[in-house]
Amino acid sequence: MADKLRTQQQLEQLQSRYVGTGHADTTKHEWTSNIHRDSYASYIGHPPLLAYMSVGMGECKERVRGMMIEKMIQPVGKPPEVQD
Amino acid sequence: MAATSSMFMYSLTIQPPSAVTQAILGQFAGTKEQQIVTASGSRLTIHRPDPSLGKISTILSQDVFGIIRTLAAFRLAGSNKDYIVIGSDSGRITIIEYVPSQNRFNRIHLETFGKSGIRRVIPGQYLAVDPKGRACLIASVEKNKLVYVLNRNAQAELTISSPLEAHKPQTLVFALAGLDVGYENPVFAALEVDYTECDQDSTGQAYEDLEKSLVYYELDLGLNHVVRKWSDPVDRTATMLFQVPGGADGPSGVLVCGLDNITYRHSNQDPFRVPIPRRRGATENPERKRHIIAGVMHKMRGAFFFLLQSEDGDMFKVTLEMVEDEAGQATGEVKRLKIKYFDTVPIASNLCILKSGFLFVASETGNHHFYQFEKLGDDDEETEFDSDSFPVDPTEPYTPVYFHPRAAENVNLVESIDSMNPQMDCKVANLTEEDAPQIYSVCGTGARSSFRTLKHGLEVNDIVGSELPGGPTAVWTTKITRADEYDAYIVLSFKGETLVLSIGETVEEVTDTGFLSSAPTLAVQQLGEDALIQVHPHGIRHIRADRRVNEWPTPQHRYIVAATTNERQVAVALSSGEIVYFEMDTDGSLAEYDEKREMSASVSCLSLGEVPEGRTRSQFLAIGCADSTVRILSLDPESTLENKSVQALTSEPSALSIMAMADSTSGGSTLYLHIGLHSGVYLRTVLDEVTGELSDTRTRFLGPKPAKLFRVSVKGQPAVLALSSRSWLGYSDPQTKGFMLTPLDYNALEYASNFSSEQCVEGMVGIEKNNLRIFSIDKLGNNLLQQSIPLTYTPRKFVRHPEQPLFYTIESENNTLSPSTKQRLLNDTTLVNGDAAVLPPEEFGYPRAQGHWASCINIVDPVTAKAVLQRIDLEDNEAAVSLAAVSFSSQDDETFLLVGTGKDIVVAPRSFSAGFIYVYRFLEDGKELEFIHKTKVKEPPQALLGFQGRLLAGIGNELRIYDLGLKQLLRKCQAQVVPNLVVGLQTQGSRIVVSDVQESVVYVVYKYQENRLIPFVDDVIARWTTCTTMVDYETVAGGDKFGNIWLLRCPQKASEEADEDGSGAHLIHERQYLQGAPNRLALLAHFFPQDVPTSIQKTQLVAGGRDVLLWTGLQGTLGIFIPFVSREDVDFFQTLEQHLRTEDAPLAGRDHLIYRGYYVPVKGMIDGDLCERYALLPNDKKQMIAGELDRSVREIERKISDMRTRVAY
Repeated sequence: MADKLRTQQQLEQLQSRYVGTGHADTTKHEWTSNIHRDSYASYIGHPPLLAYMSVGMGECKERVRGMMIEKMIQPVGKPPEVQD
Repeated sequence: MAATSSMFMYSLTIQPPSAVTQAILGQFAGTKEQQIVTASGSRLTIHRPDPSLGKISTILSQDVFGIIRTLAAFRLAGSNKDYIVIGSDSGRITIIEYVPSQNRFNRIHLETFGKSGIRRVIPGQYLAVDPKGRACLIASVEKNKLVYVLNRNAQAELTISSPLEAHKPQTLVFALAGLDVGYENPVFAALEVDYTECDQDSTGQAYEDLEKSLVYYELDLGLNHVVRKWSDPVDRTATMLFQVPGGADGPSGVLVCGLDNITYRHSNQDPFRVPIPRRRGATENPERKRHIIAGVMHKMRGAFFFLLQSEDGDMFKVTLEMVEDEAGQATGEVKRLKIKYFDTVPIASNLCILKSGFLFVASETGNHHFYQFEKLGDDDEETEFDSDSFPVDPTEPYTPVYFHPRAAENVNLVESIDSMNPQMDCKVANLTEEDAPQIYSVCGTGARSSFRTLKHGLEVNDIVGSELPGGPTAVWTTKITRADEYDAYIVLSFKGETLVLSIGETVEEVTDTGFLSSAPTLAVQQLGEDALIQVHPHGIRHIRADRRVNEWPTPQHRYIVAATTNERQVAVALSSGEIVYFEMDTDGSLAEYDEKREMSASVSCLSLGEVPEGRTRSQFLAIGCADSTVRILSLDPESTLENKSVQALTSEPSALSIMAMADSTSGGSTLYLHIGLHSGVYLRTVLDEVTGELSDTRTRFLGPKPAKLFRVSVKGQPAVLALSSRSWLGYSDPQTKGFMLTPLDYNALEYASNFSSEQCVEGMVGIEKNNLRIFSIDKLGNNLLQQSIPLTYTPRKFVRHPEQPLFYTIESENNTLSPSTKQRLLNDTTLVNGDAAVLPPEEFGYPRAQGHWASCINIVDPVTAKAVLQRIDLEDNEAAVSLAAVSFSSQDDETFLLVGTGKDIVVAPRSFSAGFIYVYRFLEDGKELEFIHKTKVKEPPQALLGFQGRLLAGIGNELRIYDLGLKQLLRKCQAQVVPNLVVGLQTQGSRIVVSDVQESVVYVVYKYQENRLIPFVDDVIARWTTCTTMVDYETVAGGDKFGNIWLLRCPQKASEEADEDGSGAHLIHERQYLQGAPNRLALLAHFFPQDVPTSIQKTQLVAGGRDVLLWTGLQGTLGIFIPFVSREDVDFFQTLEQHLRTEDAPLAGRDHLIYRGYYVPVKGMIDGDLCERYALLPNDKKQMIAGELDRSVREIERKISDMRTRVAY
């Protein structure tokens, strides 16, 4: 029993430190949201990648950066309804 | 450890990226002078703006082998030196300083806080410092914020605390700024959105009601912790923050910039809000709202203002007005916020205002601009809008305000700094019939885009050119006395006579100089204090200051064939092979050395070095003999004219020069013997100053004509001017001190000499056929010359005419009005909402409109006209996406230009309404294009290629073969070969390499008999391919969107099977392997060069060099990969790389090996940029590494420089 508790605590610690660490009940929405947020953060963080996208979109980098952070708020749409 | 591979390549950068990620301003040298530090890719560069010349020069540029994301400058209170904080991908915060005395960056602190790499919750995206330099905050996009307290210890050294956390989970940060609070506790402002609720709420209501807040984080210096002090909702669209001066200078707080508005916010002040004025113009949409995308705050004597730039490039001056008390003194309370149009400059990633009255615009695309302020927009006629007439609440309606953009009034462009960012495509070709090919590239965006020609060479400043009677064979300049600052005479030697010109206000012939004019001259020298020497075939003429002439005649039946002089010594070679040596006596007369030394072969050239400082003579005489040897004779009085050493050469020497030059190995100056050969080869050998031994020979081929060498002085450094079919300059690189040999961008010269006059202190005089030319070389830092031809829209791709020196570019611009729509708007009087003045798009950009495309095809002549010859605009909202010059065997192998277009394209998520392929015929040798027909296809064709006399097109995920018909293209064959989208095609024989946008490359074989396209090998990794090239029949090199470059090879067996004769039935029926093609490609090499590769090709860069892979990056990088020939070299460089990784660890704390293996472990590659840092190491480290490698320092440096110079620049 103590083992189980420790595992649980360790997992919780991981989840709080590393955003996106999953758990047994991770939903598809949570998982895809997380991946998309990671991707957007990566696009913003790599200057050449951001420049590449801004050239493709015909917008300036600062605009593209703003749009991508905006998309990180809800990257894959509304969460599904929770069924109890 | 790098994975081993059967193939190894050496990666080198030949032009670093020119895109500026961030630029910061500060007094980094610790003097009053301000410098600009820029981050471009992985490079940190410090520039010195020169206010008197209005120019910017680079002081130091260093590759930090890590992605630099943010920079900030800070200064400790009471200090006058700025430090630099770097936020990078190393998961560490780095604080460095610039050490001006050693011209290097010195790392002071390196504190680890998280994982390496660019991740969502690892700080490094945002960096803000307290204006008083007491703390800095480094934050990630989501959640994490770390505050470091900066202080100084008793030794006045900078200290850094352990980090204080200010994390808030599920919170996104849009912007961060350090608040100016004077000496109160440091406060940082952040624009945040908390998405916790939206993640839970399935109705979507929480997302609708989401608020963006301005949050203040206060660092309590007494308690040493960070608190979330204040939070208040702001405009939902806000993305930028600017610090408002506080303390004694202003009200403190921030400007919050959102869509169409700028708001002043502070915790103890009322908010004030002004709209962003919109452009007024016939083609401007009056409803279009702008964002602020860049800006700068400038403080000066009690006042401050902001220059904020909108996405059109318009800069607005924003000021704050304060409430005044009864005495008329400004109080700390804000009264209103004011905004007015200032000027329009290119869209900037950063703006820097210098105290000396300059504005540096680090452009997002295209050249960076350096402006001088004429005025600050104080008393002009621009309408000023203030916050009194606008509501504070962003949801309340208000009347938008407008302005008329106009030509710049307040700033004046003084320098445009070349930048190839973004570089979209590149081709190497030799169109000018020179010995080395040129690099042609298309870069830039919008109306500021350009077609650039890059050539290896140094820029020459031509001063005077004048024609001479007859053809002079040689030229010298000379002073009259040793103390003279400038040259007094130009001496020209003709076939049978000598002409002397005096240098003054004008250059004119003089006859009373004592020079013998009836004979040609072999050498001219200013000797001793005030005498002159003229060596002519029949003697030596010694002209004393009082015009007395002493003549030394040659022995009978002999004449002088070669001569060399310095200010105390003269040596001549007689036709009999004898060497006669003279030295100046104490009384100023020339004394002949008693013995003549007879050489075994006839002498072709001689050289004496300069007399070293404090000595009476040069120690050595170098003699080049016709038996292809160079001998070094001693001139020591003990052993005069004794043999010291001999070196055998591959051909007869044509010129010699002993010269001391700066040397990176010893750090000081070393004596070199420069040798020019009849075969046009140039050699540089180290001449031992004691023993006269020759060692460490380095060879370069200059051109097919015999090489001549001249000692010149450039930028205060001795340099060697080597003339062959081209003129070259050998000099030591200003930064690395390594030896560089670069051709001059100038006519071929026959003879040259140093030249110094009042007007031109450091020049050269040369003979070009019948012309005398005086020129100078002002810049040594840049050895790639650029020529630029403006283009219309963002270039996407280009091709060369199969025979003519012409290029065809396709250009397109998203969200931009096409010329026809623009014209319609201008003609429609009901729509004209203001004046109809059309602004030059180069400065003001094109009028924008959502969903519209402007696109064209341009014919560029980079050689003769150096201009665009014809422009074909595309109509109906079509945009060109691909092109190819294809010869059709059904049309007698006539070549046509094919252009693929798409209609109503939306970039992301990808959509369109149709695709077309246009066919154009070349007219007038390709100078014009005639439209023949267009064919509708189901998707915009992203790749076109000529293939066996037909067209190969990648349409969506299909590969199709078309033939040319009368009315349209005729589909002959098609196959679905890739999963997503064909973006590139390469071919050799009947093999086609198809690249997919997402799934790497697939090899396809075309079976002619069966008319079938059969994929037979694909890849195991998803690579988002941007460019590919076939290195050989089996191997393909390519790059992907994430900045990787890789080499893939098809297994030998699969390759052979694919080409077996017959129908290909065995290929079709072969079993699929894991739902893909039957075979898999093997990875040969993999490397992360940081920039996104946009083109890659196998080419030669220098005359006689081996083939290399040249790749170009989006940010303007030019890089090469050189294949290794021997395994020993690989081992050597691998060990060297290993040592350098530890001895010269990357500045920003990134692990070099992990950096180069960012996505996939680096394989089969040696990082030449790291190896080249060996030359910059301190001597003891060089010695240590050399000891480990069991070689001498000189040997290692030679190997490193040979890798570059053999194949590239």
